[in-house]
Amino acid sequence: MKQTKTGPVASSTLDTLRCRLCGTVTEAGPFHVCEECFGPLEVDYDLEGLHGTLSPELIRSRPTNLWRYRELLPIERDPEGGHAVGWTPLLPAPRLGDALGIEDLWIKADSSNHPTQSFKDRVVAIALQRAHEFGISVVGCASTGNLANSVAAQAASAGLEAWIFIPEDLEPEKVVATGVHGARLVRIKGVYDDVNRLCAEVADRFGWGIVNVNLRPYYAEGSKTVGFEIVEQLGWSLPANVVAPMAGGSLITKLEKSFKELEKVGLVAESRTPRLFGTQASGCAPIVNALHAGESRVQPVRKPDTIARSLAIGNPADGPFALRSMLDSGGWGEAVSDDEIVEGIRLLASLEGVFTETAGGVVVAGAARLAREGRFAKGGPTVLCITGNGLKTPNAARATFELGEPIDPRLSEVVRLAEAGQQEPVG
Amino acid sequence: MSVTVRVPSALRKLTHGRGELEAEGATVRDVLAHVGRENPDLLARITEEGGELRQFLNVFVNGTDIRYEKELETPVSEGDEVSIVPSIAGGRE
Repeated sequence: MKQTKTGPVASSTLDTLRCRLCGTVTEAGPFHVCEECFGPLEVDYDLEGLHGTLSPELIRSRPTNLWRYRELLPIERDPEGGHAVGWTPLLPAPRLGDALGIEDLWIKADSSNHPTQSFKDRVVAIALQRAHEFGISVVGCASTGNLANSVAAQAASAGLEAWIFIPEDLEPEKVVATGVHGARLVRIKGVYDDVNRLCAEVADRFGWGIVNVNLRPYYAEGSKTVGFEIVEQLGWSLPANVVAPMAGGSLITKLEKSFKELEKVGLVAESRTPRLFGTQASGCAPIVNALHAGESRVQPVRKPDTIARSLAIGNPADGPFALRSMLDSGGWGEAVSDDEIVEGIRLLASLEGVFTETAGGVVVAGAARLAREGRFAKGGPTVLCITGNGLKTPNAARATFELGEPIDPRLSEVVRLAEAGQQEPVG
Repeated sequence: MSVTVRVPSALRKLTHGRGELEAEGATVRDVLAHVGRENPDLLARITEEGGELRQFLNVFVNGTDIRYEKELETPVSEGDEVSIVPSIAGGRE
């Protein structure tokens, strides 16, 4: 499929993609790069035309999945799949809030997303619908794990062939949760950025739908549904602060876009952007490093070194845009150590009953730092985006508790344990 | 040194449809200049006025990003593969 340029225009619809740099408009095909300047292409909606056509009542009448916002998503036909994707819980987190010193704290729990327990289920649902609309029968991705799981699972249920490219050292749980779906799993001797570069060449050579390469303009839009849901679940009001993990940096930029779009179509009355906060692991923090250094240039990290493998992207695709989202909204970013990540996992699990993977630990630990620094706006909800499930990185949490020796099945043994723990028997 | 330059499909209309070009040079800068002599439109598209690479374009020598080496002064050897790959969303900034 060939790009057809129509030149810069004032407004557009799903028929076209617009370059985020130079504004050149191209046909809405499976492309991610502007032929003029190589800038990233983005879906452009006729939001003014939608103003007043969407109401809370209309959206409430629809099924509880991400397609309830379909006018703001880049699809042309009724969705084929993804009918259980999205609408994850927004949970009040008062106990964690007390521990971190954050009032009115909430957890957006994409750790329970369907079908693969991460926020990636959203972006993949959009990308595969778009692949279907383009008539693409082979899909794939470059992945640090969660995306691999989701592409494999959703391709399986859609009857699509999937080629999944991963770094060779990925956690075994994520490898199993991909391969079991029958996907072709290709392990690459290198880091994620090697895998990503290879996939760019694969998409170019084979014409497959690589969800985070040539389907990226559509794929990335799926992240907006996190923001849409947060606002709807807060009763169509904006949070004061949102904390997200950053790997490629796309999620935080799409959170910003989601809030702005809801305002433009009239679904929220407030004209402001919540403060957006990005968190990374200090062993791979190219975006936060640039933020702290006051640079607009994001210097890649060649060899990421962190237990947060799902965030270990040394050359973040949306790094410069993520920087702008944080700064323009009045937010900030922090990076945290592996020990802080483990403590973040423990705090969330032990205080709120939500078991997250390492990326969620980064968010909790990052929020703790941001709270200590007094970065959060007061007087409104603060939402932590918990994007993945702890069962995918169980080893990271193993050190958070002590497992005693097995005991004989005798009551006296339990009495001994209870006395050691100062629990008095009641009878 | 003779190397192979891989051109992405988005740029092939500037190379008469060719996806691989042979070029000579001791550094990436030399190689791109050599390619540019036969394909001036390609060179103009991938570089800024000062001769540096465009922001959203990356160049790899045998799979290694030249930003991790010596940028355009990265040396090349006989038989190397030089790939021009548009960035995924982000770029050199």
